[in-house]
Amino acid sequence: MTPAILRAGYARGGNALGVSFGHQVKEGDLDTSTRVIVYLEHISVSFDGFKALNDLSLFIDVGELRCIIGPNGAGKTTMMDVITGKSRPDSGSAFLGQSLDLTRLSEPEIAHAGVGRKFQKPTVFENHTVFENMELALKTDKRVWKTLFAQLNSEDTDRIAQTLRLIRLDGQESRPAGLLSHGQKQWLEIGMLLVQEPKLLLLDEPVAGMTDEETERTAELFLSLAGRHSLMVVEHDMAFIRKLGGKVTVLHEGSVLAEGPLDKVQNDQRVIDVYLGR
Amino acid sequence: MTHTESLLAAEEAEVADTQASAPPSHIHGQTIRAATGIYAGLVFVLIPLAHLAVPESHGLHASDYLVTLLGKILCYAAVAVALDLVWGYTGILSLGHGVFFALGGYAFGMYLMRGIGLDGSYHSHLPDFMVFLDWKELPWYWLGTGHILWAVFLVVAVPGLLALVFGYFAFRSRIKGVYFSIITQAMTVAFMLLFFRNETGFGGNNGFTDFKRILGCSITAPGTRIVLFALSGALLLGTLYLARRLTASKFGRILTAIRDAESRLMFIGYNPLYYKLFIWTLSAVICAVAGALYVPQVGIINPGEMSPSNSIEMVVWVAVGGRGTLIGPVVGAFLVNLAKSWFTVSFPEYWLFFLGAVFVIVTLLLPHGVVGLFKKIKTLTKGGAS
Repeated sequence: MTPAILRAGYARGGNALGVSFGHQVKEGDLDTSTRVIVYLEHISVSFDGFKALNDLSLFIDVGELRCIIGPNGAGKTTMMDVITGKSRPDSGSAFLGQSLDLTRLSEPEIAHAGVGRKFQKPTVFENHTVFENMELALKTDKRVWKTLFAQLNSEDTDRIAQTLRLIRLDGQESRPAGLLSHGQKQWLEIGMLLVQEPKLLLLDEPVAGMTDEETERTAELFLSLAGRHSLMVVEHDMAFIRKLGGKVTVLHEGSVLAEGPLDKVQNDQRVIDVYLGR
Repeated sequence: MTHTESLLAAEEAEVADTQASAPPSHIHGQTIRAATGIYAGLVFVLIPLAHLAVPESHGLHASDYLVTLLGKILCYAAVAVALDLVWGYTGILSLGHGVFFALGGYAFGMYLMRGIGLDGSYHSHLPDFMVFLDWKELPWYWLGTGHILWAVFLVVAVPGLLALVFGYFAFRSRIKGVYFSIITQAMTVAFMLLFFRNETGFGGNNGFTDFKRILGCSITAPGTRIVLFALSGALLLGTLYLARRLTASKFGRILTAIRDAESRLMFIGYNPLYYKLFIWTLSAVICAVAGALYVPQVGIINPGEMSPSNSIEMVVWVAVGGRGTLIGPVVGAFLVNLAKSWFTVSFPEYWLFFLGAVFVIVTLLLPHGVVGLFKKIKTLTKGGAS
């Protein structure tokens, strides 16, 4: 064993221990002085030889509302996995702000640093009530010892009540989340994201299964969030993307195919080929 | 449209079903107080009186056998509640909780062995099995075990530390589901084999027995028996109180969130590792204390307590009573063990068949155990009445 390997092992061990004993990413650690919140540079991820992401580079500005489109298997979900720490890239770098290396942080640490994620399939705690779901998501110290003696103060309950009104689930506080309709579950999950107070929201197909009216309201909600938060929305619903109006990134076979306003992207010959050529 | 609707309705019915059998969050405080009162009256007053004050010839006398049996089951019930905290609430199925129970028993057994003093067959200061092995002095890990406080410390510390270290590595590696269950089973087998060896210094396959006294009191005296019985009752009561406080708090809601959607929980900023580790270690320590109270009551501890079937039996208690509830494991521990003590006297050869059949029936027909069945009947009769 060479000293270099020993040192590397020591560093890894120290890192693991440092991470484990209640180390938390502090809010001040997120440095967005350059107005960019996510840097993905030359990211490659492969699963059993299949390249889910292939030299992907993508930047998202603070307060931006970015839509991601692309055919199935283009790597949209894998990209979110890399940002949230669920998948580690084989190569490339991923940073949140200037200084937080996303490839070295765990999922809870990244969540603490300010990244919220809504899954493709609405995932709420079905056996808990709507209120309890919000309580668990609420931004607070989420370590064991603090949680053991945690009490909600009136500020917290106000915050939850306010968000429940926003997502139109007020009056349903004590209903088990498992009994909500599909669209309501989507909204509950969005509400849980909001009380987490993230800097960056990753939303994987947020309007799937929603009625037209619900979709309309969701677009309004996202537009009101942009500016204060950065949003990355993966969607197939072009009408919805048109309503959001932000910059659109097209992914194809694990890398960026085109980027720009929706109209420009839709008239791009390469994009048309990818969508029609399937 | 009608298809989606019927799907939604089916889903709703399913969720309502699990809701009906999930722990009711608003059990009437009065009911709990009344139940606690009855329990305390039985365990701390009536049974002690029936054992100590009622003459043996009288019909209401509680025999040695009965008190020991009930005391034993009280310890088992505390184990079942502790196991339910990790299995029913957190979704971690342990098939190795017997090892924590047995280690607690061995730790207190060391004190009991030292308490024999010169009254052993060899009239030596050393425990008999050490004289038999021709050992001249106590191994270092037996030092201090003559003091009850040190023994009590070991009861908590040794199994607690084992659970902490084992749990840390298992949970950090994100070992889940059946894989976790299998390695807990392997752990208890490994400890059983270790304790079977004479060289380990814990009496080999005979274990510890022939205890004489605790704190100078004869271990067979009715008073000692009642004190141990009442302590077992207090352990169960304390365990239930703690479990209720935990499960009704935000901490408890995080445990069930780990069970239901662990990745969701991670992405909202909780590290499940420490939550699992906390409840896992707490559960192990409760089992260890139960084991320490169990050993002086039954008068023996040997590596058989670490056999895989013992740990599986603990799981059966919880499953039969109803996991994910607090009263379920207590009911299950009493039902199964009362049935066991009757069966092993009347039809000893059929006990294991019966136990297996009970487990199969409960798994297939009563996923929420006896308590779940009871609740279902209650909601059905209510529905019929309205």
